[in-house]
Amino acid sequence: MSRYRAIALLPVMAALSGCNLVVLNPAGDVASQQGDLVVISTLLMLLIIVPVMALTVLFAWRYRQSNNTARYEPDWDHSTQLELVIWAAPLLIIICLGAITWVTTHKLDPYRPLDRIAADKPLPAGVKPLDVQVVALDWKWLFVYPEYGIASVNEMAAPVDRPIRFSLTASTVMNSFYVPALAGMIYAMPGMETKLHAVINEPGTYKGFSSNYSGAGFSHMRFAFLGLSDQDFDGWVSKVKTAGGSLDRNAYIALEKPSEAVPVQHFGTVDPKLFNAVVNLCVRPGTMCMSDMAAIDRAGGLNAGGMAAANGILRANTLAGFPDTQPTGLCTVAEAVEAAANSGAVQRPTVTPISASASQAGPQRLANP
Amino acid sequence: MTTTVEAMHGGHAGHDAPRDATPPVFYVRDEHAHEAASTALGFWIYLMSDCLIFAVLFATYGVLGTSYAAGPTPKELFDLPLVALNTAMLLFSSITYGFAMLAMEKGRTAQTQGWLAVTLLFGLAFLGIELYEFAHLIHEGAGPGRSAFLSAFFTLVGTHGLHVTFGSVWLVTLMVQVARRGLIPANRRRLMCLSMFWHFLDVIWIGVFTYVYLMGMLR
Amino acid sequence: MLETLTTFLFGRLSLESFPYHEPILVATFFAVMLGGIALVAALSYFKLWGYLWKEWFTTVDHKRIGIMYMILGLIMLLRGFADAIMMRAQQAIAFNGSEGYLNAHHYDQVFTAHGVIMIFFVAMPLVTGLMNYVVPLQIGARDVSFPFLNNFSFWMTVGGAVLIMASLFVGEFARTGWLAYPPLSGLEASPDVGVDYYIWALQVAGVGTTLSGINLICTIVKMRAPGMTMMKMPVFTWTSLCTNVLIVASFPVLTAVLVLLSLDRYVGTHFFTSDMGGNPMMYVNLIWIWGHPEVYILILPCFGIFSEVTSTFCGKKLFGYTSMVYATVVITILSYLVWLHHFFTMGSGASVNSFFGITTMIISIPTGAKIFNWLFTMYRGRIRFELPMMWTIAFMLTFVIGGMTGVLLAVPPADFVLHNSLFLIAHFHNVIIGGVLFGLFAGIYYWWPKAFGFRLDPFWGKVSFWFWVIGFYVAFMPLYVLGLMGVTRRLRVFEDPSLQIWFQIAAVGAVLIAIGIGAFLVQIAVSVLKRNQYVDVTGDPWDGRTLEWATSSPPPGYNFAFTPVIHDNDAWWDMKKRGYARPLEGYRPIHMPANTGTGVILAGISTALGFALVWHIWWLAALSFIGLLVVAISHTFNYNRDFHIPVEEVVATENERTRLLAGQV
Repeated sequence: MSRYRAIALLPVMAALSGCNLVVLNPAGDVASQQGDLVVISTLLMLLIIVPVMALTVLFAWRYRQSNNTARYEPDWDHSTQLELVIWAAPLLIIICLGAITWVTTHKLDPYRPLDRIAADKPLPAGVKPLDVQVVALDWKWLFVYPEYGIASVNEMAAPVDRPIRFSLTASTVMNSFYVPALAGMIYAMPGMETKLHAVINEPGTYKGFSSNYSGAGFSHMRFAFLGLSDQDFDGWVSKVKTAGGSLDRNAYIALEKPSEAVPVQHFGTVDPKLFNAVVNLCVRPGTMCMSDMAAIDRAGGLNAGGMAAANGILRANTLAGFPDTQPTGLCTVAEAVEAAANSGAVQRPTVTPISASASQAGPQRLANP
Repeated sequence: MTTTVEAMHGGHAGHDAPRDATPPVFYVRDEHAHEAASTALGFWIYLMSDCLIFAVLFATYGVLGTSYAAGPTPKELFDLPLVALNTAMLLFSSITYGFAMLAMEKGRTAQTQGWLAVTLLFGLAFLGIELYEFAHLIHEGAGPGRSAFLSAFFTLVGTHGLHVTFGSVWLVTLMVQVARRGLIPANRRRLMCLSMFWHFLDVIWIGVFTYVYLMGMLR
Repeated sequence: MLETLTTFLFGRLSLESFPYHEPILVATFFAVMLGGIALVAALSYFKLWGYLWKEWFTTVDHKRIGIMYMILGLIMLLRGFADAIMMRAQQAIAFNGSEGYLNAHHYDQVFTAHGVIMIFFVAMPLVTGLMNYVVPLQIGARDVSFPFLNNFSFWMTVGGAVLIMASLFVGEFARTGWLAYPPLSGLEASPDVGVDYYIWALQVAGVGTTLSGINLICTIVKMRAPGMTMMKMPVFTWTSLCTNVLIVASFPVLTAVLVLLSLDRYVGTHFFTSDMGGNPMMYVNLIWIWGHPEVYILILPCFGIFSEVTSTFCGKKLFGYTSMVYATVVITILSYLVWLHHFFTMGSGASVNSFFGITTMIISIPTGAKIFNWLFTMYRGRIRFELPMMWTIAFMLTFVIGGMTGVLLAVPPADFVLHNSLFLIAHFHNVIIGGVLFGLFAGIYYWWPKAFGFRLDPFWGKVSFWFWVIGFYVAFMPLYVLGLMGVTRRLRVFEDPSLQIWFQIAAVGAVLIAIGIGAFLVQIAVSVLKRNQYVDVTGDPWDGRTLEWATSSPPPGYNFAFTPVIHDNDAWWDMKKRGYARPLEGYRPIHMPANTGTGVILAGISTALGFALVWHIWWLAALSFIGLLVVAISHTFNYNRDFHIPVEEVVATENERTRLLAGQV
């Protein structure tokens, strides 16, 4: 594969010596395959682009007005053979490129677990991918390692050659998670969870950032991605653990507030349900989780089946140790159930307007300074 | 088209042999205008662009229609008999508009005006019932800000209602103009445009009634 | 009490809304004011107000409206380019801990305004202006189908531009990027007036664009001269038809999606909020269902211009007319099936991504066929390298690069590493500058003599051409490199010092382009001064092929004294070849639409309505809404909207042309 890269880079090598084309020369297997695809597709298209450019220059020169020796056929405007060629040539290229697209899009789908570590390294049997939960905050990155119960801000580490399984979301606005050396980007969106699978093959410190504009502090929304050997990674984990600090819901609410150019922070312990609560926009006590809301809606609202669904969710939450203890309006499942039960008495249920309390209790977003 | 044609003869042979059999005509002296036909086409294209706005609103309702945000559902909110009555109002208004157009074709000004007035009454009845329904929903706390479903519902139905409102204003304007100038060609053309508009709203409403109300009750 | 009163009177507007603490804006404000006062004084001194109002502002003549669109587009180009050069300067210096000279609040408005202005208020008016001017002439019509609507559409576009310009000095513009994705553009993240300016500027201008689309479709379908069947229409008319179909079939989507966004902001609905069941991804989908066809709205007319220019300056029939037409129609249809390629990275799944990737690539087939058609039009031609042809050659060489990088970005895994990067920025500037802008310049140089009766100065034209073309490459090739270095768009400050050199080169390119723009303005001034030297009395300075060259330059108000009859694709070429003689008598009075000021008034009130809604000045909003209704309804009570040009006037005009043509020999 690097052969292709070399061919493509030859003409520009001289001009670009000393500058790091990380997209074409990354350190992770996924990004590497994507970079190769950039080169292969370009070469494939050059098959037709170069002749067209050459012909343009040639015809422009040859048929200039002052050249009386060139043939002039003012009424020649059709040739079936030529027309066949000019439609068929791009078509053939696109058929090739389309086939490559179909195959590679499926193979490099960010949602698909990896099936190799690198071109020459198959996936070892029984290897468990490293789970990393990523939250794009205003304007910094939070990384949670559920396996180790630690979290860090604006710094992420991963052991070399171990598959990484990212789960991503955002607190308020859309961002995009991108470490060019590691793998292609994926959006991180509030109230939603996206996935990315990747692996880093060479140790080093790489740049990560948001590649989707997200407001005033966007330019400083960078983090360091550390590719570490297994030993160094274990060292990093224990360093984070000993750093102390606990990322519970209140700490998260404080962290979530907009801030720019935030230095690296480590948290030795982390609330295991935090990421789920962030995805479901219910970190704040007393806010109904979107998953619960959706479950009630799926069951047909709060009448009929919805009641049962809401009760089920309520019980599960209580058992899990997260009872919705501070109701602030119709924002908790408990309140929803109560309201629905009360309104069952009247013919058509009255529904308390909650837009006011919802905007209070929903994720707070401060006005940009 | 070519009522007065003045032929200009070609000086020398062109490249296309068969065409040279007849001397080419390079211009006509009469006026070349299609205003009335353009109006019908133009208005039709406008309706199609309006239809796209409704298509977006229908699609939005399709995506958000079951996002109740743990709030009220169509079953709890919709009063189907009332909506059926409302639908009848709009359908009747379309029929009476049709009668108005028939009267116009026969050149009967007074009769046209009468049917237009009846159409207006039906239109206003429709709007009245719709406003009552909206007020009732908002009073119950099921306003457009309660859930995405209600946002999509109010916007789709409300946009249709807004169109009917503008149609009614337009209808009054045309009645005044017909009263002033009679069924002159310009007024006939305008009545024809409003007719297309009114029937178009009817078709949209049938979509709303089926997709939002009937299927909402089934969900 | 006083507070209640000021809130009632001025809504959110307060002294704090005026950016008097921003030196850049204050300086700009005074420069604009001085220029404005000088202009107003000059117009008053030469007593031109009455002339402007009667002959231009209220005109329903498609040619004058076309020219006004061009003027609007060129003025807004200066504003949009000022934004561009500010960005280039910021990015070239914001290294090594320097914050540059723009803070985030200002910089984020600048890149948003740059995108919005360049697309909506530069490219759109220029394209619409050319279509407005040329299409009726090419099809042998006297005007468009709905001349009043044409005037109204133009002024609505101006209204949108006025709102955007107002945001420079009153309040602020959106800080969201040019498509204003929620939740960033929602009330919580953007509570101030910027996004509201964005919404209402686009809504006001969008009404104009949609109506002008309907108007031109009707004109092309209904008002073609006898004999001009669909397959005998000039290619520019064909591409205009497809463009206007795209406008009518896509702008309502933009209108609807902006309505939904404004409901979220004004009424508290939950279409695009993250909570309460809203779905921000729906906005992204809907806006690109408009946004992708929009790209083709801009490029298709330019493809038409290149076709006309190539054929004319090669002295040859266009190669493959039929396949050219089919290619255009195929592009029109396919442009609706590709929108998702703007957000492969949202995680829609491999099959969805592949589908949209492959449909995108398929568009390159008809586009490629078009390039080949121009190529084989040049083949065995006699190419005159006048300015329009030079722009066309530059286009062919530049556009294929942009096309190639575009197809590259359509491969989803490649897009995963290049999306939102400066590579993407380089790509779309490569097709929009290399395609749309080069095409517009080719069109301006080509049709200028038709519009004004004299050619543009070739020396300054060549200066402008070379600075533009070289400037483009110097400005955007570094961005391709930066994209491959993993640099993303819309960044304000940088850490990695190795990037700086590339940004500095790009800034130099922007300066070269600035010189190109300057040379273009000088060229216009020089040409106006030397207009006697460059005068063309034939009406056909390039040995043209289509009907617009059959009449005088500038054409009379009625375009053609007699409606032409068409026998061939290249109607005028055919007429010339077969010995057409201009009729010299038998003139008749000509029925024409009358000028009206209603369009200006309606658009003015709409702009006031937009401003009132931006600032929550509800009394003004209500008042202007009622005003709109009253003016629109009273306009319908005016039944006398046309007049006849008396035969004496026609005779005098035509005899003058006869005299000029005779003196020509």
